[in-house]
Amino acid sequence: MIVELGHYALVLALCVALVQSVVPLIGAHRRNPAWMAVAEPAAVLQFLLVGFAFVALVRAFMTSDFSLRVVVENSHSLKPMLYKFAGTWGNHEGSLLLWSLILSLYSACAVFFGQYLPATLKARVLAVQGMIGVAFLLFMLLTSNPFDRLAMPPMDGRDLNPLLQDPGLAFHPPFLYLGYVGLSMAFSFAVAALIEGRVDAAWARWVRPWTVAAWVSLTIGIALGSWWAYYELGWGGFWFWDPVENASFMPWLIGAALLHSAIVVEKRESLKAWTILLAILAFGFSLIGTFIVRSGVITSVHSFANDPERGVFILLILAVFLGGALTLFAARAGAMEAKGIFAPISRESALVANNILLTVACFVVFVGTVWPLVAEMAFDRKLSVGEPFFNAAFTPFMVALALILPPGSVLAWKRGDLSRALRLMRPALILSVVLGATVWALQGGPAVLGPIGAALGAWVVLGALTDLWSKGGQGAAATRVRRLARAPRADWGKATAHIGLGVTLFAVAAMHAWKVEDIRVMKPGDSMEFGGYTVTLTGVREEPGPNYTTHLADLAVARPGGPTITMQPEKRFYPVQAMPTTEAAIHQTLTHDLYFALGDPQDGGGWVIRSYREPFANWLWIGSALMALGGLLSLTDRRFRLAAGARRPAAVPAE
Amino acid sequence: MTAMRRLILALALVVAAPVWAVQPDEMLPDPALEARARVISRDLRCPVCQGENIDDSDAQISRDLRLLVRERLVAGDTNEEVIDYIVDRYGEFVLFNPRPQGLNLALWLAGPAMLLAGAGIAFLTFRGRSRSQIADRGLTADEEARLKELLKD
Repeated sequence: MIVELGHYALVLALCVALVQSVVPLIGAHRRNPAWMAVAEPAAVLQFLLVGFAFVALVRAFMTSDFSLRVVVENSHSLKPMLYKFAGTWGNHEGSLLLWSLILSLYSACAVFFGQYLPATLKARVLAVQGMIGVAFLLFMLLTSNPFDRLAMPPMDGRDLNPLLQDPGLAFHPPFLYLGYVGLSMAFSFAVAALIEGRVDAAWARWVRPWTVAAWVSLTIGIALGSWWAYYELGWGGFWFWDPVENASFMPWLIGAALLHSAIVVEKRESLKAWTILLAILAFGFSLIGTFIVRSGVITSVHSFANDPERGVFILLILAVFLGGALTLFAARAGAMEAKGIFAPISRESALVANNILLTVACFVVFVGTVWPLVAEMAFDRKLSVGEPFFNAAFTPFMVALALILPPGSVLAWKRGDLSRALRLMRPALILSVVLGATVWALQGGPAVLGPIGAALGAWVVLGALTDLWSKGGQGAAATRVRRLARAPRADWGKATAHIGLGVTLFAVAAMHAWKVEDIRVMKPGDSMEFGGYTVTLTGVREEPGPNYTTHLADLAVARPGGPTITMQPEKRFYPVQAMPTTEAAIHQTLTHDLYFALGDPQDGGGWVIRSYREPFANWLWIGSALMALGGLLSLTDRRFRLAAGARRPAAVPAE
Repeated sequence: MTAMRRLILALALVVAAPVWAVQPDEMLPDPALEARARVISRDLRCPVCQGENIDDSDAQISRDLRLLVRERLVAGDTNEEVIDYIVDRYGEFVLFNPRPQGLNLALWLAGPAMLLAGAGIAFLTFRGRSRSQIADRGLTADEEARLKELLKD
């Protein structure tokens, strides 16, 4: 019964979304307050209805209602409760429902936080949100209905892919979707502004928090996915340039560009058309990402929907929204006149360079991701594009970005003084070059990846600290610290996020440069020296789990003179899906992770043990967390909290 | 000779157990050769998996390819020759790093071309803007006349 109610709520939500996307738009055009006002209750109602449908599906998963097709295909009565719950979105239909839920949540938030938005802008934003809602609800109801019943319910389900039964992956999709869908707010604001024909500082002030929030969620989502790959897949890699990973990375890059260019609109009323274009592209790449993941057009490790009908539908959504918005952009962008003029050497120009580099980097990822598809369809050639291409073609843009970041971040608005900026950064430059040289001397061997990563990371981190310190103004250190404590949160957010970027850059380089690996057969009682530790295999035992059986190795790991720790890498077997998984044992320290994975038993006795020493792995997670924290700090800046009243109602043209 | 024996032994073991990424029994005794094998196989794609390289894949064919790479290295091939040998037999699909020739040149040049285009557009915008700034400095004779007219009213 509750399942049917959920289904019914979804259909109702579609009707409400239809009303929400048409009536307020006409109302805004005719300046009819009553028609415009329809948007708000419609958005809230849509959220409540989709929310009810979502709860109904969660309930079906948690009670293992095997009369539902999705539950049968993706769940099992023995599965732990957490994964029954998270399994709701661990499949195509459920993840679309989560997508729609988050979309309607953002619309509802726009209602609650936007009480001071000009009425026409608010009506139009909510109408565009409503249109996106219509598209995805239709998609769900027509091609991927989560509430499909089975005529003959089986006794038990087919279980969730064991690789996905993991806490890291349970919460990876919600964060990712908060990011993907969050960019729809920037898109709706952009389209609404194009319809209104006006973009100003206040507009940017409304758009930026949504973009920052979406970008923070994307950062967390991507980091969670990367962390999962690191410990679950069993060989210590954290990023594979897989199409599905690229799908989340592209909106992240464009989102980063957008939140920087929106600063220029907010502070200087310049780069308006470009910012609108980025807002459209950012959500466009979210849709492209959804298309790549959901259609299975580019098969990859993660793709669990392989249905051309769905692919065509998403392609249609993509064409309508991206094509429509870009057409509107072409027609109206000329009206977005820049007010603030800036010199070639200025903060604005530095941010333009940031935008070009981020956009081109995103373009490289995009071309590399779709290239096999293009080659096959247009030239009938089956080829692959993988890690070596992306490492070679993508990295230079990130290096360039890191190089220009510190001086660019301290240039003055409008007209900057490059030699002054470089003078300010001289200590950071000298320190990071010295650090890079020291690292090169210490590591031994001619490889330069590690030292360059260290120097570049230090340059960005020290540059961000220099920038922050200079905000304290002149005078004694104590005075400067006191001034800094009162500096806007946005300044702290900027510094934190940039430091996070530097730390991440260093960690990525270090993990590529200094990883140590060992693969060997060990029998119980065998010992080996690995990465400065003595590792002894005490034994391997078999144990039952809730819905799997596991082989558990006991490794005694000791540093000379240090305490002995026991590490237990596992090899699990999930009988329902007949699938083995590895559960690595990881010992984390500040400078490296010790990482063990258990392989297969050997005929002559003994087990394969894979050992990795992953240098500075923790710095990768710390760096990502700092980037997300920086975004959150910016979000709590005073001007956003007051943004609601930023524009007086008098500024709304009355007719 | 021992390497060959190991290879044969490894091939015999294939039937016995499920395979899982690089196995100790596949590895060459010469660490330098083994390191080269690892470098090569990281850039080779497992032909039947979804986007895994043959080092990480647990498919049978990946194991065959790993052994083939090592066989060619033991026979004295250079890294390029090994890769050519495999591409000749399995097609360019197994190459994770598309060669920058022919059609793939477009893939490799896409980024730099886009960067040049972006920088060019930014430059032209700047130049256009500084021109219009110059134009802003004075009014044309017509505009002066019109301004006088307006001020008279």
